[in-house]
This record gives sequence, structure tokens and C-alpha cells, in this order.
Amino acid sequence: MSKIKAFGMFWWDFIVGDDWLVAVAVVLGLAVTYLLAHGVGVAAWWLMPLLVTVLLPISIRRLMPKR
Amino acid sequence: MTGLALFLAVFLACIVEAVEALTIILAAGTARDWRSALTGMGAALATLAVIVAVLGPAITMIPLTGLRLVVGGLLLIFGIGWLRKAILRASGNKALHDEDAAFAAEEAAARAAASEQRPLVGDWYAFTLSFKGVLLEGLEVVFIVLTFGSNQHNMPLAASASVAAVAVVAISGIAVRAPLARVPENSMKFVVGAMLTSFGMFWGAEGAGASWPGGDAALLVIVPVVLLVALGYVAVFRRREQGPRTVGAAATTSQGV
Repeated sequence: MSKIKAFGMFWWDFIVGDDWLVAVAVVLGLAVTYLLAHGVGVAAWWLMPLLVTVLLPISIRRLMPKR
Repeated sequence: MTGLALFLAVFLACIVEAVEALTIILAAGTARDWRSALTGMGAALATLAVIVAVLGPAITMIPLTGLRLVVGGLLLIFGIGWLRKAILRASGNKALHDEDAAFAAEEAAARAAASEQRPLVGDWYAFTLSFKGVLLEGLEVVFIVLTFGSNQHNMPLAASASVAAVAVVAISGIAVRAPLARVPENSMKFVVGAMLTSFGMFWGAEGAGASWPGGDAALLVIVPVVLLVALGYVAVFRRREQGPRTVGAAATTSQGV
């Protein structure tokens, strides 16, 4: 069981890394892009750049060493 | 244009990972046993080759839209991670990566470890240190090569970029016989982070059904804009009171940043 857990932890660490919020936000951003493009028919290319611009400083603050 | 960008992104990412792998192999070989360290490196390269042989054909069978959605999302998560650490380092909020210090730390740990012999391996510690180092650094390279190559339908170009990078680092390592401390790793990680983020956004949004103005040419705008935004955040988060410290502690996660 511990080997399975270690295997899972390795891939979690490899893919998600230090900040789970980034992974969740990226998945949600792509889902909303999909809905805008297919459901509403809006040109949704701008959403991901906007998301990255907002997400990056939030993630930096979350992982910035405490003074 | 995307061919050149593909080559550059893969080449720079591979240089960064190969330099870090070389430091670990050098530490294992110098402090312990060269034969075991090189055997570990060979075993890791063989494992990576099997992963490429299995995943490569499988990835090319996935429909392009689905592939771009998944790969774009993963590249974006990776890219933001690289960029975040690069910004923290450039703004003085995280220690700069230093191969000399990393080598010293690895070498000290290797000298202190107990010796153990296994079948075909003279020094188990040197073997596993080298194997793990090359495998972990190589996994991300494999991911980048497979995703960039399959998305651009140019696996040979992506593969040759990675082979060229590994060859450059290997030849330099043999010539210098020391960690490649002069490679501007921190700056290269900044550029790679921006490129992974840009390609991730581009492919992810396309995979989700969005169309970029200008098609592939949009990357000509996206990459420089991401770089400029990242440099802007360096200025915003710059630490005024203390200059950047330098330690050799490697990344805290296997994302290899």
C-alpha cells in the first residue's frame, strides 16, 4: 500500500508541483474556455492569458517565503 | 516560426535539466565510484528510452484537439511553476540555483553515505543517486519532447533538439570535468518557463475550441508578452532590503525547476 501511495505522491508532485491552486485554476480556465467556445459561441482565446496574468502573482504570493 | 520556437524551447529545457543531471552524476562519480555512477546513468537512460518507445506512438494516436487540450493544460501547469520560481529567484525572494554549491552538497552527502555492494553494481549508493537524478531530470525532458513534437507533428525536430542539448552538456562536462556553473541556468529557466506557459496557453485554448487571432502567428505575440509580464512581476516583487542569496539546494519538487 505504501508503494502505491508513494507512486501516487510522485505523480502528484511531478504534475501538480508546489501549488495545487494553479492546477485547479488551469483546469477550470480550460473548462470555461470550452463552454464559451462551444456553448455560447464567443471567441474565447483571451481567457487563458487573462487567467495566467491574474494567477501568476497570486501563486507567487502563496509561495513567497514569510519575512 | 513554430519550428524554431519548438527547437529553442526543447533545447533550452533539455540544457537546464542535463546540467542538473550532470552535477549529480559528477558528485556520485567523484565521491563514490565512477563505474556505478555511469551504470546508473545508463540504466536511467534505458528506462527513459522505454518510456518514449511506449508513450510516443500512443500519444500520436490521440486526436489532435484532445491532445492539445490535455497537453496544453499540463504544459501550462508546468510553465507557471517554472515561471513562478524564476520570478521568485530573479526578484531576490528565493535563492539562486548554483551548480557549484549543489555539487558540494551532493558530494558531501555521497561521501557520508554507507557503502553497499549489489550484483553487477560496485557501489549501490552511487548507482541509485545517478539513476534517480537522471531519471527525474529526464522525465520532464521526455514529456516536453513528446508533447511539443506530437503537437507540431515534428517529433524528429523535438528529438534532435533534446539530443543536441544533451550532447552539448555531455561534451562540455567531459571537457571541464566539473559542474557547469557558468551556464546561465537561472536566466534559461526564466525563458523556458515563459515558453512553456505560452505554448500551454496557445494549445490549451485551441484544444478547448478557441481560435487565436492570426493562428500560429499569435505565438509571435504571446511569447514576448508573457516574458514582459513576467519581467514586470519581477519588478513588482523585487526585494529591496536584501540581495539574492545563493545556495545549491535543488528544487523542492520533481518539476525540476
